[in-house]
Amino acid sequence: MKTVIIKYNAGNVQSVMYALDRIGASYLYTDDEAEIRSADKVIFPGVGEASTTMSYLRNVGLDKVIPSLKQPVFGTCVGMQLMCRFSEENNTECMGIFDVDVKRFPADAGLKVPHMGWNNISGYQSPLTAGLPDNAYVYFVHSYAAPVCEYTVAMCDYALPFSAMLHKDNFYAAQFHCEISGNAGQQILENFLKLQ
Amino acid sequence: MLTKRIIPCLDVKDGRTVKGVNFVNLRDAGDAVELGAMYAAQGADELVYLDITATVDGRSTFIDLVRRVAQTINIPFTVGGGISSIADVSALLHAGADKVSINSAAVRNPDLINELSLEFGSQCIVVAIDTRYIETENGHEHIVHTHGGRKATEIRSIPWAKEVEERGAGEILLTSMDTDGTKNGFALELTSIISGNANIPVIASGGAGNMAHFYDVFTEGKADAGLAASIFHFREIDIPDLKEYLKNKDLPIRMTR
Repeated sequence: MKTVIIKYNAGNVQSVMYALDRIGASYLYTDDEAEIRSADKVIFPGVGEASTTMSYLRNVGLDKVIPSLKQPVFGTCVGMQLMCRFSEENNTECMGIFDVDVKRFPADAGLKVPHMGWNNISGYQSPLTAGLPDNAYVYFVHSYAAPVCEYTVAMCDYALPFSAMLHKDNFYAAQFHCEISGNAGQQILENFLKLQ
Repeated sequence: MLTKRIIPCLDVKDGRTVKGVNFVNLRDAGDAVELGAMYAAQGADELVYLDITATVDGRSTFIDLVRRVAQTINIPFTVGGGISSIADVSALLHAGADKVSINSAAVRNPDLINELSLEFGSQCIVVAIDTRYIETENGHEHIVHTHGGRKATEIRSIPWAKEVEERGAGEILLTSMDTDGTKNGFALELTSIISGNANIPVIASGGAGNMAHFYDVFTEGKADAGLAASIFHFREIDIPDLKEYLKNKDLPIRMTR
């Protein structure tokens, strides 16, 4: 099986690679369109700021490649947000795979932003959460979130309920960082790699 | 619900974990990678690795160790000690660290906080504040210290905490040098003031001696995370017991078994 991690100007992708190493999966880290198109699984990681990242993706044409992929694609953190329609982070038009807008956590809710730390997810409706205990804890670091919508397949709660995971056709996404979410995160990554 | 985090801190010298009382008289507490993996397996929510000799010796940071830690553990970890440039941070993040903690360099050059958060995102920039309550011309004040707590600055800790947030820090690691090593409990009042003022998470550090001290710092101290070193390294408190204790007192805690 060929797994590609999409290479772009994201931050700490090294942790994602180490996580795949730990579960014994091989992968290619590349921005080459042909390599990405011929992969069985595509991981679109993300740490960073939406507008800078989105303009980088536009410059190299990945903004067109990613939405046209047919194999299972898994976007995490900012990767997930860029798969949405729009992000309030510097008012960024994103790739629009999920027709939902990413919003900043409300400042007036008396909660600290970023939402940083371990929080529990619920309402599983995804093959990626198979085998997870109810209310599994995963690690979040983000200031923006997608509200609950028709593509939500796992929810989390911080000030208000938001989408912890999204799914539409061959596109899967998680707001949290699977690669540092302990055994739960590892299970989700393994489930993604096992998808048919 | 967002949980309160328990964070063992591993002070590292030459790849091994050390911890002293008030940062002197170091005692060896073991291999840094193995110890970190053990804590992760026990349910630690995050780890902090501090290269405690870095600032003093002007020694560059400990990339190899960071890489081995990132390869081994599946929870987040922060690294600190002697970080003073964008290049230092870049190297550590690329080795697999999730966050970096800066202290002396931020005091010397506060603009560094802005630069780092713009370059890498606030989420991975932790500003460590080592503070001590000392006599000043205004009476007694909480004053920021650098160089492992040995050197007093002229900066007052409470406004400094607000300033680092405004400059783009994503988290504050607050260590009271007054309580550190005493095992008499965290500096509750100061932690409560700083965490209460902050819109970013505050990790409380210094003084944990028993499980009740963690309860106190999460409630009265309003901390988002509690950090300790020797009480974990020398097995005076087991992390699973601590989390069970806090859970039973109705705090939001991530249970792993």
